[in-house]
This record gives sequence, C-alpha cells and structure tokens, in this order.
Amino acid sequence: MKQSLSRTLAAGTILSSLLFVGSAGAQSAGDDLLKMEKNAANVVMPTNTYDNQRYSGLDQINTRNVGKLQVAWTFSTGVLRGHEGGPLVVGDTMYVHTPFPNTVFALDLNHDGRILWKYEPKQDPNVIPVMCCDTVNRGVAYGDGKIFLHQADTTLVALDAKTGAVVWSVKTDDPAKGATGTEAPMVVKDKVYVGVSGGEFGVRGWVAAYAIADGKEVWRAYSEGTDKDLLVDPQKTTSLGKPIGADSSLKTWEGDQWKIGGGDTWGWYSYDPQLNLIYYGSGNPSTWNPKQRPGDNKWSMTIFARNPDTGEAKWVYQMTPHDEWDYDGVNEMILADQEIGGRNRQLLVHFDRNGFGYTLDRATGELLVAAKYDPAVNWATKVDMDKSSPNYGRPEVVAKYSTEHTGEDANTQGVCPAALGTKDEQPAAFSPETGLFYVPTNHVCMDYEPFRVSYTAGQPYVGATLSMFPAPGGNNMGNFIAWNARTGKIEWSDPEQFSVWSGALATKGGVVFYGTLEGYLKAVDAKTGKELYKFKTPSGIIGNVMTYEHGGKQYVAVLSGVGGWAGIGLAAGLTDPHAGLGAVGGYAALNNYTSLGGTLTVFALPPS
Amino acid sequence: MYWPARDGDIPVPAFFLRGQDVRRTFTLTLAVGLCLSGMAYAVTDGSGDPAAMKSDEGKWVDKDGNPTFKIEPDGTVDFYTYVGFTRYSAECLRCHGPDGMGSTYAPALMDSMKHLSYSDFYGTVAGGKKDVSASQELVMPAEGENKNVMCFVDSIYSYLRARADDAVGRGRPEKHAPKPASYEKTEDQCMG
Repeated sequence: MKQSLSRTLAAGTILSSLLFVGSAGAQSAGDDLLKMEKNAANVVMPTNTYDNQRYSGLDQINTRNVGKLQVAWTFSTGVLRGHEGGPLVVGDTMYVHTPFPNTVFALDLNHDGRILWKYEPKQDPNVIPVMCCDTVNRGVAYGDGKIFLHQADTTLVALDAKTGAVVWSVKTDDPAKGATGTEAPMVVKDKVYVGVSGGEFGVRGWVAAYAIADGKEVWRAYSEGTDKDLLVDPQKTTSLGKPIGADSSLKTWEGDQWKIGGGDTWGWYSYDPQLNLIYYGSGNPSTWNPKQRPGDNKWSMTIFARNPDTGEAKWVYQMTPHDEWDYDGVNEMILADQEIGGRNRQLLVHFDRNGFGYTLDRATGELLVAAKYDPAVNWATKVDMDKSSPNYGRPEVVAKYSTEHTGEDANTQGVCPAALGTKDEQPAAFSPETGLFYVPTNHVCMDYEPFRVSYTAGQPYVGATLSMFPAPGGNNMGNFIAWNARTGKIEWSDPEQFSVWSGALATKGGVVFYGTLEGYLKAVDAKTGKELYKFKTPSGIIGNVMTYEHGGKQYVAVLSGVGGWAGIGLAAGLTDPHAGLGAVGGYAALNNYTSLGGTLTVFALPPS
Repeated sequence: MYWPARDGDIPVPAFFLRGQDVRRTFTLTLAVGLCLSGMAYAVTDGSGDPAAMKSDEGKWVDKDGNPTFKIEPDGTVDFYTYVGFTRYSAECLRCHGPDGMGSTYAPALMDSMKHLSYSDFYGTVAGGKKDVSASQELVMPAEGENKNVMCFVDSIYSYLRARADDAVGRGRPEKHAPKPASYEKTEDQCMG
C-alpha cells in the first residue's frame, strides 16, 4: 500500500495530469500487461498471454537446432507433491510457485537463479485432505508491481514483487466447507480474478474480482443460484443466441440442491480486450450421483463470457447438462481468429473433459464446431448442431453409457473418457503459424457406479465408484495431438504410454513442447509431430512448459514433480477389468518410472 | 481457524457404534491373535486370522468378532465386502488410490492392513491422523462425523482386509452375494 502510494506520488510530480489518473493508478497495470504480454522475452501471466494460446514469438530454438538443447540450470522447490502450472518471468526475475505449502520464490536470472526472496504462508494443514486430487497450485499472476497467489486455504494474497512482503491479504471462501484455492489468478486492468475448487465437497462455484490496489471485493458471480447471484440479465444474457430467461439456474435443480451444487471454477481464465470479455468454465455438479440431483443443473459444466468490470454474463453455454460422469467444464478457453466458411471469425476453442473439442464465436457464443478429439469417446454420439432442434447444442447421450439410465447401485461399463476427461486442466497450445491446436490428452475409460450419498459440510460428497482402464485397442493411456478447430479433425497424433498431463507450448521456431508423466520434456515438429528432442527430468511432469529470453538467449523451462489426479489414478497402474485375467498387470505402473519431487529444469542451446 | 482440534478423545456419534466395542476388540485381538494365528487360515493380518466364522444376516465376522470377508469357491464375494469396494472407491480412492494400492502421496492401505488391527483402523478413520514435516504433509481427515464413511466403515474394513490377504483382486469384484433383506433398513437407519 505504502509503496504503491509513494510510487503514484513520485509519478505525479513528473506528470501533473496524473492526479486524476491517480485514483485509477492501478488501471495502468492492465494496460501494462497488454503491452508486456507482447514482449516474447517475458512471460507475465500463467497463461502466457490473455488469449491462452501458449504461443511464444521466440525462434532462436527451432526445428533445426532443438536437438542440441541442454540443461542450463535447475532449481529444487523443496516440495514433494504434484507441481502444476509454470513460472513467470518479469524482466530479470523469475517467479516460481509450489503446491501446498504454496511457497513462492523470486529467482534472479542474472545470477543463475539465486533466491531474491521467498514467501511461505503458514496454513492450517487441515486444508490438505479437503483438496481433491493432491495439493496442487497452478501458479501466480503479476500486475501493478505485485505477485498474486491464491493459497490452498483460499487466502488471496498480494506480494510486493520486489521484496515478497505481503501488501494485502483477503479470505475468498471457507476451507471448513471444503473450499480450496488451486487455480492461477488473472489480472485484467485494475482487478485480479480468482475462483474456487471443491466440486467433490459440494462447494458452490464462483468467480470473484478483487481490486489489485487493496484487495477489496468488487464483484462475485456464482455458477448456480438466483439471477442476482449469477450476475445475469435474464433478457440480455444469452445461451446459443437466445435470452436465458428468469431463474435459469434455479429451475434446473430440485429444491435447494443448488446451494451445494458444485460448478466450481478452478481452471484457467482468458480475456479479450477488444470485446472486453473474460472467459472461463465451471466444473461438475455435486454429487457424482446424477439420480440424486434431477435437472440440467445449470450452470455447472458451462462456458461463461463475462464483462470484467461488472461481472455481468454476456453469454453462457452448458456443454454437459445434468452431468453423469464428472466431466468438469473448467479447461482453458483459447482465443484465436481463424477463417471458417469463408468468414474470418473471432473464435473460442475449448477441449472439454467430455471429449468434445468445441469451437464457438466468442463474441456471441454461437456454436460452430463440436467434434470428438479422441476417437475413443463413446458416451455421446455427437452434439446436436441443428438450430431448429429442441436439443440444439446438447450432446446425444448413448443410453448404454448413461449412469443415470443404468441407475444407482448398478455399474455402467466401458464409458470413454474416464472421469479425468479426454483432457484435464493441462492446457493446450495454438500456433498461428500452422493454424493448429496442440492438445495433451488422456486415453482412458471407466466403469462408473453411482450411489446415494449424504451431505456433511467439509466432507467429501462424491457418491460414485469408478474404475479406470486404458481405452480399448491399445496400451497407450495418452496421446499428444494436433487439432484443426475449423474442421474438427485430428491432424496428427503421437501416442504416449501415460496420460499427457503437462501444458503444451507452441513456438515461432516451429517446435512444440510438452512433458510426460515419466518425466520427459519432449520437443516435436509442429507440422508433423515428429519427435526432435527429449530429456528425462527428475520427476513426472504435470507442469506447463514455458519459454523466455534473458540476456539475448532463449530458454525453455518446466516444473517436474509428479502428482495430481494423474498421481492417484496411475501411480499403481491401471488394469482393464474386462480384458480377462491375462491382461491384469499388463499396463505399467507409473511408480516404476518416476518418484516425487519438485524441480524446475531450464534448458538452452549450447554456446555456439 | 476452521477445524476443532482433533487431539484426545475421538468424538464418534452414538449411531455409528453398532454392536462392537472397539476397545474390547483390541484386547481380544492381541490375546487371541498371538496364540491362534495361522491355524485355520494361511494368512493373518493386523487383526489376526481373517477366516469368516459367523454371519449376522450376511455380515461376516472372524472368530474375534472383527468384520471380515467371505469368498465362495466360485469367487462370489459377500455383499458387505462388495459394498466396501464401492464406498472405498468413493471416499478413500481420491487419496489412497484405486484398489487400496496407494497414490503418490497416501499409503497403500492393502499393505497397511497387514499390520493395522480393526481398532487401529477404526480409530484412524474416525479420528484422522497428521504427520506434517518439512519434507511431507500427510493429513488424514477425521471421518467420525461423515456418514458416507462411518455407516460403511466395517464394509470398507472387510474389503481392505480382503485386498491385504489377496482374497479379492483389483477392480470391482465380479460376483457378489445378493443384498441381504435387512441391508436397506440398516443403511437407512444409519444414513438418516
């Protein structure tokens, strides 16, 4: 506070006109970020850029020389559990975060990553077991000279980027109810946006905007509830081109179930400065037992487009009404402009957990393409694209794979994808050079048996048993694919032994990077998928690959440290319950390949 | 501050204590487990010999009165053990991994069962456990108030015991005994 005030005053002496900008001094932070994100040397946000393309304009490392990549330096985070997300680079400083206890390091790039400061919050360890699926955190955000961190215990803290001192701190939700912070915040203009995890604890999802200057809550929009809670206008907010009408959420729940209805918001956020809209998705409705919550359960499993200043929703689209499989809709929304049907369109491309790749017009929310990005996907035949149909935009669910249809205490077999989705939070990348999307995927199916469950605040509220196994017809549990979002077709596909749980990076050098659960950092040709380089890091990679430039040299960096959902499902290996005894143990256990430990590995080309 | 301290006595609501006094079982297990282990069954675990001796409407106990599994020669699993598989997978899998085999951060319970007695198991489930050090943070929540766990704690125990003793393989047991007539009523009473 003190520091930003003195800085404003200092600036004021230089620019007399700044007095009236003064109150909105923070406003420039967003403008700065718009400028800063264009400088490929830096990575100033956890999504690389606002459009979530994860594309870098750096090309020193390219298809011809990437094979010579070497490790430049490494850094141990001192934390063992799953390391998702990736570091930021702002000028000469790199910011590295960790899972619980959510340590943040500022590293000096001028001195091989010497530690400039370290922030380690004191959090009640009782938050650990209410974190579904490991104690992950997906990164920090930068803006207005501050680093923003959403801690496991739902404390949103602003740190002085120079010193690590706490500038302000605010509680966003209540871990006693199972609410936790895992997602990476995003800064737009003078606000920082955060969401919440807790779909397995019946936590009602929300996204909130806090003033970056002082941490004051500006707006909060829930995924479920009254129109006022949702921040929607029944007439102006649309879904597939039509007004959503009054009580759009309340009508789709039985009684008060929406109050413990999930729809959590733990994924990534993107922002279009021209349209002035932010985009994100909501997660599964609670519980996992669909029989227990009749209705469409709006607006869980939904893509939201909101005004960042007021929070009001411009459009919404629910991908999986009345979820029966835990297909959270939180995966990233990639904003790209491409030509479809002879028209240049402002697109939003989203690879959903449910196995469909969606292409929408991001200005209007019109659905343009919805196609399976893994041929194994079987729970729905297709998404109804007929605008005159009453089921327009809805998936055509196959009765055999409907856990609602099979019912409680009965086992629905062979559903693809499994609950972890054809893709989970690990973000895809887009290259404007090739016009293709590079998608890390899971190739895993499941049996799913829902049953009755009772709600206790702060206790798991799941209500289903599931067993996962590799998709039929192969031993690979993952693929790294190139996707054409205009046509809905896979251009090439590299099979991987395990699910690919690492965020991808596309570069101007024609190289696409990703990590594997065994711990390999891989570089492939963006055009063909041909492997050009690999290096085995100390642990399995569930972090996102990033690249930056320092001192005129391009570096590639990734966090390794196996864990997360992948660490639960795959640690002991998966078996196919339907393949007969011969196949049991036929699929390797991840335990045999890698072990825990957080490490940052930084790569560069050797001196020429 | 969000949770009350969990040290000291474990608060377990009365409705969970059905038929068994945990402390008595503990003493019995120690005494009998020592002299009889290995007699009727080749395997013993943390509660001694898991051989099913007595059934109360499809719910099997060993000679010491601890919950246990009953597998027919054709592989049919008793209903309670089967329920244990489903409830384990819903409530425990998220940390302890599929089929009791552990995850990257929580122990494989099929191994732990080899030395945990029924009362150890019950105590940890109801009261939780904390082992936080510089290098790792192992925290097991207290499930004492959680009906989704406590109403099925004996079933979960039987299932994990069967996994520890290699009597039930990975995944969903293929065949299970029919639901006992009294089952639904018992579940309803506990779940409320």
